[in-house]
Amino acid sequence: MNPLIPMIASTVLAATPLIYAALGETVVERSGVLNLGIEGMMLIGAVAGFAATRSSGSDAVGFLAAAAAGVALSLIFGFLTLNLQTNQVATGLALTLFGIGLSAFVGHNLAGLPVARLAPITIPGLTAIPVIGDLLFHYDIMVYLSVALFIGVQWFLTKSRAGLTLRAIGESPGVAHAIGKPVLTTRYLAVMFGGATAGIAGAYLSLVQTPMWVEGMSAGKGWIALALVVFGTWKPARVVIGAYLFGGVTQFQLFAQGFGLPIPTEFLSMLPYAATVVVLVIICRDPKTILLNQPASLGHSFHSAA
Amino acid sequence: MLRLERRATPSSTMSIASPLLAAAGMLVTGFLLFSALGKDPLEAFYLFFIKPLSSTYGIGELLLKTTPLLLCGLGLALGFRANVWNIGAEGQLTMGAIAGGGVALWFGDSDSSFAMPLMLLAGILGGMAWAAIPAFLRTRFNTNEILVTLMLVYIAQLMLSWLVHGPWRDPQGQNYPQSQGFGDAETMSVLINGTRVTWGIVYAVGLALIAWVFSEKTFAGFRMQVAGLAPAAAAYAGFSEKRNIWIALMLCGATAGLAGICEVAGPIGRLQQEISPGYGFAAIIVAWIGRLHPIGVVFGALLMSLLYLGGEAAQMGMGLPSAITGLFQGLLLFYLLAADLFIYFRLKRVGVVESPEPKPAIRVEGAV
Repeated sequence: MNPLIPMIASTVLAATPLIYAALGETVVERSGVLNLGIEGMMLIGAVAGFAATRSSGSDAVGFLAAAAAGVALSLIFGFLTLNLQTNQVATGLALTLFGIGLSAFVGHNLAGLPVARLAPITIPGLTAIPVIGDLLFHYDIMVYLSVALFIGVQWFLTKSRAGLTLRAIGESPGVAHAIGKPVLTTRYLAVMFGGATAGIAGAYLSLVQTPMWVEGMSAGKGWIALALVVFGTWKPARVVIGAYLFGGVTQFQLFAQGFGLPIPTEFLSMLPYAATVVVLVIICRDPKTILLNQPASLGHSFHSAA
Repeated sequence: MLRLERRATPSSTMSIASPLLAAAGMLVTGFLLFSALGKDPLEAFYLFFIKPLSSTYGIGELLLKTTPLLLCGLGLALGFRANVWNIGAEGQLTMGAIAGGGVALWFGDSDSSFAMPLMLLAGILGGMAWAAIPAFLRTRFNTNEILVTLMLVYIAQLMLSWLVHGPWRDPQGQNYPQSQGFGDAETMSVLINGTRVTWGIVYAVGLALIAWVFSEKTFAGFRMQVAGLAPAAAAYAGFSEKRNIWIALMLCGATAGLAGICEVAGPIGRLQQEISPGYGFAAIIVAWIGRLHPIGVVFGALLMSLLYLGGEAAQMGMGLPSAITGLFQGLLLFYLLAADLFIYFRLKRVGVVESPEPKPAIRVEGAV
């Protein structure tokens, strides 16, 4: 087998949770809400998905439980920022700290237990094709669903009426409110959607990537997803490309080991974090890029007196 | 029906009362949580909040854990006041520990009296150097400091991990990922006999006073406050945003770096993979609970330190996971943010509107 194929396969594996989390956050931010709590929601999703799959034996139940847990946590964020109009940055940080604590507390007895890895699906006829079958048709269902999610989000934001409303609210909630658009409801739904995808992203870590629960196992991936949204300038297609690029960066570790490069593993592990910083610098270097693409009301509370 | 109405001026009473309300909310939730877990809530509360303080050693532990929380909290509070969102104090703390610890290892077992001052200085500079990266990237390349400071936490921790696994590993350490123990002159002396608390707490409290004078009485401190409260006014007055960002990040780098070296040269006594149970992150909550005020931060740090001790006690006494500390920390911040609403808004009774016609006038306000 071509040695490149397993590398591409593990790139996809690394990118998939980032795609879920970052696409969800893209929708949230396009509605004008900045939720910095992805890391916390991912961890809750990871532990909930793991526990549900272990007790039910079904991966579907696991991912649904993870999505539900993510939504539950996002509702706390929604209530505080949308109803009580708390500072979104601070509330998002609180959500992350709470999620880290809650997941460690709940998952205390689950650490180190095994669970069966979600198996790749076989597509009759396609998986058997040499090279292409290994390259494209040898993944678990969640990988294909992440592609579907991308198509759905892209269509929703650019082609649907509801997506147009959501973007209008993100740019100018006051105007949207004045013409009768439901600012609060839309933002709530967006925040819940972001919670669900972050939860699923977390479950992908604990059910597929490393099929077990480890405290703090997301290791900054929620924050990298946030950076991907900026990297993708709030456009789903670019966000997904960014996620695959990042997945590729994490594979450099295997590459270096394969070629026997004498680089300590710690430095290789730094790569995704360093790459995030570099990427942010490249995108933010020109203030106009951000000014033109960032939803105008991002991070600001909306209070209607009427 | 109740409705939120913006106050004409922020309520100063609520600003003080809000942390107390938040603590009360946390206790009520804790009560329910302990009951739900089938533990006697009163016994749990005793274990969590009273027992750790019932001995001199316990008080010492409280002050010991207060030290890094207070140091990081002070730096963060000054930054948050100026709207600089440095959330990577944990990384700056780690870098301070690496730089200061490196100096300690260089001195070895030497009893030179220069060792400790140089270690503290190196720790401070290490933290500042690490904070200089986001300051430079934000002022030069317009890069959001939230994500950069956080990414640098992971990088600093991996750097420490590499050092204690590789070049700085103790050859006689049975392959444990840790450095040699620091010499006597390279270890901070204990402040109160029978405890582990070091002189670090004295530095921390002293710095709290200095920070108070800085933020209340100096022009630089004033400029930073204006930048946080009214960015447009600060820009109009010609206050340099870049200078504020640099000052905010340098101050936090310095205090967090000092916290790092005080930890490794104090209770830990060597460099090792884990040097902080998330003090840098908990300090974000400390800064908030302390109302971003240096004196308030002292109280915030004491409370947070007690939560750490309580978590350990609950683990030993009741078999609860020590992660309960993180849970309480998160809850506390949630309640605080919610209670802070009433600084800017108040609840007002409004009668039921007879005609359901919507009012044409719409006010849009951004609340902080």
